[in-house]
Amino acid sequence: MDVARLVELNAAYARAIDNEQFEQWPELFHDPCLYKLTTAENVAKGLEAGIMYADSRAMLQDRVSALRKANIYERHRYRHIVGLPTVLGEASGTADVETPFLIVRIMRDGAMDVFATGCYRDKILATGTGALRFSERIVVCDGGRFDTLVAIPF
Amino acid sequence: MDIRHDASIHEPATTPHGPWPEDSLARVPYWVYQDQDNYAREMQRIFEGATWNFVCLEADIPNKGDYRTNSVGGMPVIVVRDADGSVNCFENRCAHRGALIAFDDAGNVQNNFKCIYHAWSYDLAGNLKGIAFERGINGTGGMSKDFNRQTHSPRKLRTTTLCGLVFVTLSPDTPPIEDYLGSDILGRVRRVLNRPIRIMGRFSQPLPNNWKLYVENVKDTYHASLLHLFFATFRITRLTQAGGVLVSPDGAHHASYTIGNTDVAGTEAFREKDLRTERDDYKLADPSLLDPVVEFGDDIQLQILSIFPGLILQQIHNCLAVRQVVPKGIDRMELLWTYFGFADDTPEMNKRRLKQQNLVGPAGFVSMEDGCVGGFVQRGIASAGDKISVVEMGGRGAESQATRATESSVRGFWKAYRRYMGF
Repeated sequence: MDVARLVELNAAYARAIDNEQFEQWPELFHDPCLYKLTTAENVAKGLEAGIMYADSRAMLQDRVSALRKANIYERHRYRHIVGLPTVLGEASGTADVETPFLIVRIMRDGAMDVFATGCYRDKILATGTGALRFSERIVVCDGGRFDTLVAIPF
Repeated sequence: MDIRHDASIHEPATTPHGPWPEDSLARVPYWVYQDQDNYAREMQRIFEGATWNFVCLEADIPNKGDYRTNSVGGMPVIVVRDADGSVNCFENRCAHRGALIAFDDAGNVQNNFKCIYHAWSYDLAGNLKGIAFERGINGTGGMSKDFNRQTHSPRKLRTTTLCGLVFVTLSPDTPPIEDYLGSDILGRVRRVLNRPIRIMGRFSQPLPNNWKLYVENVKDTYHASLLHLFFATFRITRLTQAGGVLVSPDGAHHASYTIGNTDVAGTEAFREKDLRTERDDYKLADPSLLDPVVEFGDDIQLQILSIFPGLILQQIHNCLAVRQVVPKGIDRMELLWTYFGFADDTPEMNKRRLKQQNLVGPAGFVSMEDGCVGGFVQRGIASAGDKISVVEMGGRGAESQATRATESSVRGFWKAYRRYMGF
């Protein structure tokens, strides 16, 4: 799979979240799909839970609805810095891809803190029209501490 | 047998800041969330006092030599499975120079722990067993001949287990866990933890507030439907649903619960108040997120249980977790989440739990706000150390009530707190 196209996909992903165009975020996934936010330690121990978990595009849309309409939190946004993807393997059109990320959280009061680092472990394949989409994105955070709350997806 | 701890305590309530406001459980002075000396007194009199402190699940340390490190208030501890299957706990402090004996979160040691600093070693009960170069080298150096290893060990804590929960205490006076909890709360622990569990994940949530603000939030059944929109709209719980709160006789522990889909005239009550949490138009695009099944043989949908000072056992439909409150200073704490299911879960049940876990934790649809609201209080009271908060919903007592529009269990917390603190 062409690395430049993977970079484009990751750029679109980060841009949707960082520009608070959250409604575009589920559109980058196939349906059904798997999105999970977890930690390296849980993955290493074979523990399956995530603090966010979705196995359909509709469930991703529910995340967006909740953060738009339901949940209350102090105003903040993210800045994703996404590294270069490594293609670990490819079979029947699906690429296994790993990409490191860093997320800075910008709080209402202007504080800019490293909120999370980790890597995305993805399964990516093209739609019928050729656009690359995630069939799986496991967000594996390097650490296990999530300060105060996580409203916006990683 | 229920123990009433409160019979003998009530001398005139005094604190380093003067009398407790109105000598009332319904009043709380804000300095208790701010005062450094008071924090030190809490570590000593509550966490290191006659309380049972949760340190891990038995499932965390299934095999001989399996250990986890944790904290009892400010004290670092090691909890370890011994050869005979029992669980031991001792201070994580080498008897030599005070270094941590174990410095990872968890692991397995075969038969002994060895401090890395000077290689002093300890058996699985925390007894000092080996001293490197104890007799010196070629007859010179080494420890004094009269040094007695038996009298030099890290402090040992008493351990007890209940339904797979491991608790420890430093005090010889802490009553058996069953008496400590009282029959009502004990029954509610056994209701959930009725068979072997399996751990599904661990997450930590540092919070920018005093530890008591989170414990109060957990015990505060009044806020749930008002702060958490997700909770209310999807009828997981709201004040107008049947339910109530059990408070242990000493006030320390609580269990709040919500019964089935018995909402009566609730919508009207919310509309009259024009409450933010009532929004009929909000529906899940994928309702499989909330596809609960009855698994405890009753119609209790939700049960939140707290064991003083710092454990919460949570059942929200099929989403099960324990949360440990770890104080980290007057205005910091850490909340340690362990999500679990049962060993006999089917793949379908496992998937159901994974989806429902969206409700809780640092990113929880219904618990997210609890992460920030304690910080809002901590910041709001910055210059109000001599002012008091009001905890008067449902009266001024701390008894069990068949409603959740009450702060009875919060007052229970202060009843126990004042007793332990001597206020």
